[in-house]
Amino acid sequence: MSKTMNSDFIRKYGVIFGLGGIIVFFAIESPQYFFTISNFMLISKQSSINALLAIGQMFVILTAGIDLSVGSMAGLTGAIAAGVTILTGSVFWGFLAGLAVGAGLGAVNGIIVALAKVPAFIATLATMSAIAGITLIYTQGQPIWNLPKEFTFAGQGEIGDIPFPIILMAIVFIIAWIILTFTKYGRHVYAVGGNIRASRAAGIKIKSVLISVYTISGFLAALGGIVLASRLGTAEPTAGTGYELDAIAAVVLGGTSLFGGEGWIVGTIVGAYIIGVLNNGMTIMNISPYYQEVVKGVVILLAVMLTSFGKKFWNE
Amino acid sequence: MPILRVENIHKSFSGVEVLKNINLGIEKGEIHAIVGENGAGKSTLMKIIAGEYEPTEGKLFINDEEKHFASPLDAINSGIALIHQEFSLVPQLTVYENIHLGREPSRRFIGIEFVDKKKMKRETTEVLSKLEALHISSESRIRDLSVADKQLVEIAKALSVNSRILIMDEPTAALTLKETENLFTILKNLKNHGVTIIFISHRLEEIFEIADRVSVLRNGELIGTKNIEKVVMEDVVSMMVGRSLKHRFPEKVKHNIGEVILKVEKASSESFFKNVSFELHKGEILGIAGLVGCGNSQLGEAIFGLRELNGTVKFEGQNLKIKNPTDAIKHGILLVPEDRHTLGLVLQRNIKENHALPNLDFLTKLGFIRSKREKKSVLSTIGYLNTQVRGIGQRVETLSGGNQQKVVLGKWIARSPKILILDEPTRGIDVGAKFEIYKFIYDQAAKGVSIIIISSEIAEILNLSDRVLVMSEGRITGELDPKESTQEDVLSLAVKRKES
Repeated sequence: MSKTMNSDFIRKYGVIFGLGGIIVFFAIESPQYFFTISNFMLISKQSSINALLAIGQMFVILTAGIDLSVGSMAGLTGAIAAGVTILTGSVFWGFLAGLAVGAGLGAVNGIIVALAKVPAFIATLATMSAIAGITLIYTQGQPIWNLPKEFTFAGQGEIGDIPFPIILMAIVFIIAWIILTFTKYGRHVYAVGGNIRASRAAGIKIKSVLISVYTISGFLAALGGIVLASRLGTAEPTAGTGYELDAIAAVVLGGTSLFGGEGWIVGTIVGAYIIGVLNNGMTIMNISPYYQEVVKGVVILLAVMLTSFGKKFWNE
Repeated sequence: MPILRVENIHKSFSGVEVLKNINLGIEKGEIHAIVGENGAGKSTLMKIIAGEYEPTEGKLFINDEEKHFASPLDAINSGIALIHQEFSLVPQLTVYENIHLGREPSRRFIGIEFVDKKKMKRETTEVLSKLEALHISSESRIRDLSVADKQLVEIAKALSVNSRILIMDEPTAALTLKETENLFTILKNLKNHGVTIIFISHRLEEIFEIADRVSVLRNGELIGTKNIEKVVMEDVVSMMVGRSLKHRFPEKVKHNIGEVILKVEKASSESFFKNVSFELHKGEILGIAGLVGCGNSQLGEAIFGLRELNGTVKFEGQNLKIKNPTDAIKHGILLVPEDRHTLGLVLQRNIKENHALPNLDFLTKLGFIRSKREKKSVLSTIGYLNTQVRGIGQRVETLSGGNQQKVVLGKWIARSPKILILDEPTRGIDVGAKFEIYKFIYDQAAKGVSIIIISSEIAEILNLSDRVLVMSEGRITGELDPKESTQEDVLSLAVKRKES
């Protein structure tokens, strides 16, 4: 009886202790630079793009799918937002175009998975490649710069001393939390991932749920892509490359099951912060970026092994 | 000296005892039948003998030598082979590759080990000829073979590792009459060569045809072992169902049977059933009996929209086309599926969420869940069905079978059903919970709900139903009045085969 409680407990809260442990470690190593409010603000800002992508990714993973295209999606939508802004002279139309393309291509992912029944991994691997190509075609391989000041607000602006990307992350997090916890739609997402056949037998429209989660993922990838372009002040033709891996890592670190049906959105945010804190802390400690990648890989592996080991241990 | 003996075997799954103190000896070279109702523990006992489960308690002897099987491989090495209803063959591989799977003979060539295909094919032909099954080519792919031939390949595979004890779980369930006769010839032949065969079947007349002895299991206990010459079918049936038959079912509750609510005409679905017509009345309990694979389950699923149904369905006098479960649910036609794990529940979610899943239409407002209303609905259902739970936040995978089934039933009664289709409603659950589910069925009928019970447990169907239809090979082979019918009447209709 208490055994299952313990395994749930580890799965759910283990990641928070993990983040705490990493923070304590860096705080001891570098109290004067790492453990400061301004540095935490910086970490939040750095984590925000990954968090946006990861929240979208989580919807997809909850249905037992995966979205590998979010990195290139962020790249393309950032470029489109920048391009349309310059074309129309209006940031509003620029951002709207970026978001619409993100949601639209996300829906395409969903249709391929739900209607053509291509496995999510292959479907989004294909669209990842195609979207990266479209970005290169659209930008002609050149960065788009000379963007108006309003464009850079999304990534560089502040509202009352708080950087705008952090506010955006918080708003998206709260909305996603409400959707997953309190709505009929959220229940359907969990149920479809947990047991697709039982969900169908309960009268749930499986296809619309599947299409919608990829649409959400595409939309949030676009939001992340716009923030990225805005923070850099240019839209790079290869921006976002590899971002899907950090997003998936954040979701998995957060305890969401890759088999679907189980996951806690707070875990996803904490997972994104773990990756952010590691990057930041290691940079402060002057660890070479080459080694940083290795350490990150090892930490992700350890964390996931610990939670699954914990689960087994308590269940026996 | 028996070739195989088990002593004081007990087995529990998460606290539920499914085998109690089993003592059984199997003689060398006999065909020993194991019978019992669904959930009696036959398969569990066989899996223990074949090393798939470890007993909670008890000992196992082969030739008077105590054995501990930690895995099926241990059992295979001791000469025991279990042939499942679902075969353990790789469909994409050939017959000879399957027979040698995992122990491919090899030949050295320029210092490299190569698979010795010639030897594999030769050995395969040898063992197939022993079975007089040379019509199967050793180079055919398994997926191209008929069910009967696949079964022969399984037997060949077992013999090629020198299995001396062959356990067959319902080997005839999917065979035609002719294939069954062929299989029996082979089994008798093997027996004459000293192979011991343990044979599980629901078809009692088969047992009288082929077995030397029969053991009866009921509710996890071994009721007895008899020489087949010394018993008649009625004895075996009464051993299977027990004398306490009266106490297994609650008092009948009077319920009024009204006008026709559902009329199915000439319904067919793929190869599962054909030309099925019947009527269901308001407040009626209609039993659809049949052996595993007769198509009654698929009929229930098709009415609920989980399968395509060709034919006409009239509901409350109107033609009704049900394309998917959503349509069926809208009309109050609800299915409690045979396999609650794949179709009934989302195991890793909790009771509350599972209960609410099909009912979110009336438990939400503008898409938001009305928690208070949801909680009330779950609690009142749990109370009505006497579901034993720690709390509504408990994951359903941690519940016992009976309580899981009550969660599935509860989902539907929360939305006042018109027709409840119950497919094997008491499979794999304990006697106490069974009793409560029977009471629930009577209660719903008294409330005017029409109920279709699909079951291969004949006693259950006969006791609960107002009217019984029997299916065999996808057709309705007869209608019975349960008050005037015996289990044998049902069985004889259930084994009725197509004249061909």
